[in-house]
Amino acid sequence: MKTAVLVFPGSNCDHDAYHALKHVVGVDAEFVWHKSSSLGGFDAVVIPGGFTYGDYLRSGAMAKLSPVMGAVRRFAEGGGPVIGICNGFQILLEAGLLPGAMIVNDSLRFVCDYVHLRAGTDRTPFTRGIPVGTVLKIPVAHYQGNYYADEGTLSSLEERGQVVFRYCDSAGNVTRESNPNGSARNIAGICNEGGNVLGMMPHPERCSEIALGSGDGRRLFDAMIAWLAARTA
Amino acid sequence: MKEKPVTPELAREHGLSPAEYETVLGILGRTPSLTELGIFSVMWSEHCSYKSSRIHLKKFPTKGPRVLQGPGENAGIVDIGDGLAVVFKMESHNHPSFIEPYQGAATGVGGILRDVFTMGARPIASLNSLRFGRPDHPRTRYLVSGVVSGIAGYGNCIGVPTVGGEVSFDECYDGNILVNAFTLGVVRHERIWLGTAAGVGNPVIYVGSKTGRDGIHGATMASGEFDEKSEEKRPTVQVGDPFTEKLLLEACLELMRTDAIVGIQDMGAAGLTSSSFEMASRGGTGFLMDLDRVPQREEGMTPYELMLSESQERMLIVAKKGREDEVREIFEKWDLDVSVIGEVTADGVGRVRWRGKTVAEIPIASLTDKAPLYDRPAERPEGQDALQTLDTAGLPAPSDLGETWVRLMGGPELSDRKWVYRQYDHMIRTNTLVLPGSDAAVLRVKETRKGIALSVDCNSRYCYLDPFVGGMIAVCEGARNVACSGAEPIGLSDCLNFGNPEKPEVMWQFRSAIEGMAKACEALGVPVVSGNVSFYNETMGKGIHPTPAVAMVGLLEDVSKRRVQWFSSDGDLILLAGADRLGIHLGGSLYLKEVHGKIAGTPPPVDLAHEKRLLEFLREAASADLVASAHDLAEGGFACALAEACISGPGSAMGARVLNPFPAATRPDFAMFSECQGAVLLSCAPAKRDAFLDLARRFRITMRELGVVGGEHVDIEGLARVETAELRKAWSEGFAAALGLEG
Repeated sequence: MKTAVLVFPGSNCDHDAYHALKHVVGVDAEFVWHKSSSLGGFDAVVIPGGFTYGDYLRSGAMAKLSPVMGAVRRFAEGGGPVIGICNGFQILLEAGLLPGAMIVNDSLRFVCDYVHLRAGTDRTPFTRGIPVGTVLKIPVAHYQGNYYADEGTLSSLEERGQVVFRYCDSAGNVTRESNPNGSARNIAGICNEGGNVLGMMPHPERCSEIALGSGDGRRLFDAMIAWLAARTA
Repeated sequence: MKEKPVTPELAREHGLSPAEYETVLGILGRTPSLTELGIFSVMWSEHCSYKSSRIHLKKFPTKGPRVLQGPGENAGIVDIGDGLAVVFKMESHNHPSFIEPYQGAATGVGGILRDVFTMGARPIASLNSLRFGRPDHPRTRYLVSGVVSGIAGYGNCIGVPTVGGEVSFDECYDGNILVNAFTLGVVRHERIWLGTAAGVGNPVIYVGSKTGRDGIHGATMASGEFDEKSEEKRPTVQVGDPFTEKLLLEACLELMRTDAIVGIQDMGAAGLTSSSFEMASRGGTGFLMDLDRVPQREEGMTPYELMLSESQERMLIVAKKGREDEVREIFEKWDLDVSVIGEVTADGVGRVRWRGKTVAEIPIASLTDKAPLYDRPAERPEGQDALQTLDTAGLPAPSDLGETWVRLMGGPELSDRKWVYRQYDHMIRTNTLVLPGSDAAVLRVKETRKGIALSVDCNSRYCYLDPFVGGMIAVCEGARNVACSGAEPIGLSDCLNFGNPEKPEVMWQFRSAIEGMAKACEALGVPVVSGNVSFYNETMGKGIHPTPAVAMVGLLEDVSKRRVQWFSSDGDLILLAGADRLGIHLGGSLYLKEVHGKIAGTPPPVDLAHEKRLLEFLREAASADLVASAHDLAEGGFACALAEACISGPGSAMGARVLNPFPAATRPDFAMFSECQGAVLLSCAPAKRDAFLDLARRFRITMRELGVVGGEHVDIEGLARVETAELRKAWSEGFAAALGLEG
């Protein structure tokens, strides 16, 4: 079982994702340079956070053009699990692998803080075994994390069970105050229709060890391993 | 194109004094070319040459068993065992940040990061020390927002966490803010690189961004006072590109894993000039450089502009001959410019060519050896005695002490800095175990059991009233903060922010502060391994308070023994270590300033022998698991330290009931808010009490048992009792409210 951690110019959570996978969760991980056009031999793909190409255009707008994104598309079409975290989520949106777009936080400021997430579906490889309604404590760190989509898209996401995480308070209530960036319907993470591609603004790799303030992020990676193991079995 | 002829007037416009210009003529034996004049003027600027400060900086202890590299290189290096070392430095970006806060602060962060990774270290944490004018000054809100977002914009993008710092306000910074940035990196001993140009015939390679016209004369600007025309200097401020710096960081670290290079230095202040001349000077060599090979962003740049540009995100490398392709391959992979622009020569001369002509030819040793060195006159200001006079009896007592307490906790100095640090990515790289908000931030060092504690401190009111004692306190406070977290202070970097050194009163402040700092460093055994001097922090002739910011680095052998400043469990005992250090000390106190509108008196006394024992006691208490939390008494005195221990934690606020540690006859407001040096508020589990008290006796630390954690109030018996919720609300909302910012 081997996971790919993509590295674009400006990725900066690549080491953190690698550390969480390899040294905390204990699954094999390898960096894949963005110019690579193959993901052969990998069982899962992590698109880590960062500022690809400085976010000087829209976040993710340049990275979607890298050769590796063609391989990600094929990997996703084949049902392989893909998780895009923060800038990785933005790249998935720009690449059209997930619907919607990101705009600047409603505070117009970067926000780095712990938030709470309410799990909305267990149909993704990363949330399998995490009951709907579970509250996870996971940090965010972004400037453009204000999820936007038209009403029709939002309703369709909800109807098809594609809203994976919403910002909530520590008791699990989805409130205006618990939304750190103004995201539509408090959306923090969504998946594609097939459920195998997850994009989320919060950083599970930053909270996979209790010493860092929360171990909840690890549950996503553990779920992924269990899902992969079940698939091969 | 015809170059402007060099005249004594032009030299003066470049900031060279008549005597300095005479020296230039003597060195060259002829009139310099315009490019040469530019080179001398930046290399001999205060910013680059330390001409007014060198004589005093020598007083700092800079050696120690752990010191691998002291001052003089891009950054200092201290051994932390396991074959690892920490590389760190603090630097100012005051002038540019006042003119253009976002870019000024951003490039300050970019510059200090380069200083650290140019030595081979991966940066793992940044801090900053910020000083602004009055919160209600019309420009302050703009400057705070700009500086904070500039630091965030750069640090967040490059992916180095900003884990702590300090923000303070005073009228004296109205026209001259301070932005001091610190970065620490970790390196394996065998991967340390220095900025040296050795090996005749070795190629000199330029890597990174292209050179443009930005930032020409930044170093000279930073060496002069501000006047009403400062706004016109905006074009001298550089523009940062953190994305390119991220590529440069990764490419440099990748290159340093090979053995293809000899030396490397970033192009900071004075760009290509300082990097090339400094590297050759350290290597005892010369160089030949062809400016036509410098990657250029704009057309028609003159040699003068190319040599003086401060375009960011550039590095100069001396590689081993024959290994150029390896260097090229790595930088091209990261989409960066790379160009062999010259070679190392044997004759000790720096030669610069452009369009086939030699445009500068300067003997390098003379440029450094004959650099101006001043022992500027220093004189205690006339008004110093009056300043130190304080009639405490004449101070009116507040009618409601609880209200005063809440007001101080919610005021601009003590309120929660979350509005600031929430904009900084302080978690990236997943090492930050104690997040911003405690006395010191604590980071783990992956693949070891060790931790690094970091704190940056300076009470500039104390330094203004008595720069010697203020300097001692800045060092002691930093050491105490890292010790409260359980760490041993192992080294510091400083940023010495002062006014115009040509004024004897400023020079007296500078000399006294350094002597105070040096004395404390000697006593505590903490070496100064790097730092920076920023003079001319004056606008329209009005100088800032002397502000020698101290960034203290502490080491925890076992990071699981880290401690925080806040109480964590109801029922824990509250104790005061160094209870004998309490006294009525209102000089320079926050209470005196905020409530009585005065900055006067003398700072609290320091007992260095006590401080030393206290540091060891705190570390031992943490490592023996006897102490639960530790927070030193600083601004706002006993009452404010207690309130902070109750409300500053990430969980719910904790209550406390304690005795008044002062004699009963003490004036109540003085008991609450007098400041002191060397006292620490501790908590411990009841079961640990006896062992804890034994330990204190062993270190000859006077302990006083004061009370218990718990309840809904912070209650100092006989003095004041306020609901924790009220204190926390004022404290959490105070910062944005004081500045009129949106929460």
